Amino acid sequence: MKIFVCIKQVPGISEVKIDPKTNTLIRSGIPSIINPHDKHAIELGLTIKENHGGEVIAISMGPPQAEEALREALSMGVDKSYLLTDRAFAGADTLATSHTLALAIKKLLKDLKKAEPYLVICGTQAIDGDTAQVGPELAEELGIPQITYVLNFELKEDRIIVERVFRAEEVIIIETKLPALISVLKEINNPRKPGIKGIVDAYEKKKVVFWNSEDLKADKAEVGLNGSMTEVWKIFIPVRKGEHIKLTGTIDDMANELVKNLKEDKVI
Amino acid sequence: MWVVAEHYKGIIHKVAYQLLAKGRELADILNVSLTLVILGDKFDALLDEFGEYGADKVIYVKSTLLKDYYSDLYVKTLTELISKRKPEIVLIGATPTGRDFAPRVAKRLNAGLTADCTGLDIEKETGNLMQTRPTFGGNIMATIRTPTSRPQLATVRPGIFKAVTCEKKKIKITKLEKEYKEKDSVAKIVKIIGKEKKKINLEEAEIIVAGGRGVGSKEGFKLIKELAEVLGAEMGGSRVTVELNWLEQDRQVGQTGKTVSPSLYIACGISGAIQHLVGMQNSGIIVAINRDVNAPIFNVAHYGIVGDLHEVIPVLIEKVKKAKLEE
Repeated sequence: MKIFVCIKQVPGISEVKIDPKTNTLIRSGIPSIINPHDKHAIELGLTIKENHGGEVIAISMGPPQAEEALREALSMGVDKSYLLTDRAFAGADTLATSHTLALAIKKLLKDLKKAEPYLVICGTQAIDGDTAQVGPELAEELGIPQITYVLNFELKEDRIIVERVFRAEEVIIIETKLPALISVLKEINNPRKPGIKGIVDAYEKKKVVFWNSEDLKADKAEVGLNGSMTEVWKIFIPVRKGEHIKLTGTIDDMANELVKNLKEDKVI
Repeated sequence: MWVVAEHYKGIIHKVAYQLLAKGRELADILNVSLTLVILGDKFDALLDEFGEYGADKVIYVKSTLLKDYYSDLYVKTLTELISKRKPEIVLIGATPTGRDFAPRVAKRLNAGLTADCTGLDIEKETGNLMQTRPTFGGNIMATIRTPTSRPQLATVRPGIFKAVTCEKKKIKITKLEKEYKEKDSVAKIVKIIGKEKKKINLEEAEIIVAGGRGVGSKEGFKLIKELAEVLGAEMGGSRVTVELNWLEQDRQVGQTGKTVSPSLYIACGISGAIQHLVGMQNSGIIVAINRDVNAPIFNVAHYGIVGDLHEVIPVLIEKVKKAKLEE
């Protein structure tokens, strides 16, 4: 069984600071990380392999420096990795991104000697875009069922039984047949930390294969900015609602004033 | 302009009514009709009601099976409807259900989709839908448009727009019967179960009292707990308090912990690093108590007290107790 895990390299938001003068995010010099949800996707892929066998293949689309994210995935124990990188892929919205990822997975499936069942695992959403759209769009292009917002996963031969978020008060358990795509939430597991051997192997024994638009036989009209239906028209910093009140006086005064205000605001 | 309704156990999700209100406003700007689309069973008697919420028309796809949500059947039914009837704009609630089928519909139609919008407007010159949404955990807002293709699809965050009732009018109802069987779906619903009641439920707490490094020790959290108790609040903390083992992991608020939005969040001795702010900045009212006047937490706080929490909180506890007695 092939287990494809799609990951994204994102700016480590915990390091992002706001420039107090311009009130914008300072993005230069920010270290990049594997999108947090995607680490849970990698962990699930590795656990499935440990329990049922198979091969875990990480795929990412991004600039050449996203190699670093794939090296980290390899050091966690992923078997193979592919970086889809080309200037033509830049500026992609979720439609174009899912198309590029689908081309890579189809290519890998075509190269198999004989057909195998497969599972695609994505993180539910990335912390920079927060769209949660690439997973379902990828499933659509591959023509396979999807289960999103996954909390629990079980594999029984060629079927998967999956618990997903449904309503505030309920979860739903869904069963479907492989091949399928799932997008996972953080609650599903705790991602492992790479060990020394894993890190050494990731750099010395394993490879990150680079594929560009020619390797994928991509139509340049269908990838990157050209293949995107949505465009970002403007970006701005949200204005906080309400005013800031700095309370003054003695502790007694401030506590009195605060309780009075909170009562007026009807929050206590 | 279409709004797609979602339902469970025969009850329509309230975001549908909110989207009808916003949809009405946008439809009037564009001078187009507003249609509510519902896929389900046993809604016949309810359909007239949508007229009171702004709809001109209703498309009701009736199928016994669709009393439940089947991802692939929703996608199939909606793409067929959209291809045939060609709406300009389709609005869908950004719930786990809406965000499951909307991307697949968009992909099948090769249409643009914007996720989890919190603002919608019409660009006057072009009639484009201007879709504003938070990214980067709410640190940045982006306005997105779909200039070259139709339809324009958007999922919209529940609770952003207010439902409004208007004068009752006659609406046009189109009923389409479908004979879907369970075998028509690739997925089988095994069961729907109630969530286990978690011991600590920060995400749904109305009030949270949270402590940071300034609390000083595990012992110091007794004071935080006492304030939480008099307010009927849950207790939370920043990452460092969990790392130092002052607090359980389940109580951590922030990027690597929980994202919360209580109506009142009291941050005690929390400086307000961005990884904490992304987890709580959507709270209704934020109170900050901190010794350092320059702490970034004061930038997001509605009420700020510059002072030592060990001195402020005991006084605050007395005042809250007194206020509660007076009620």
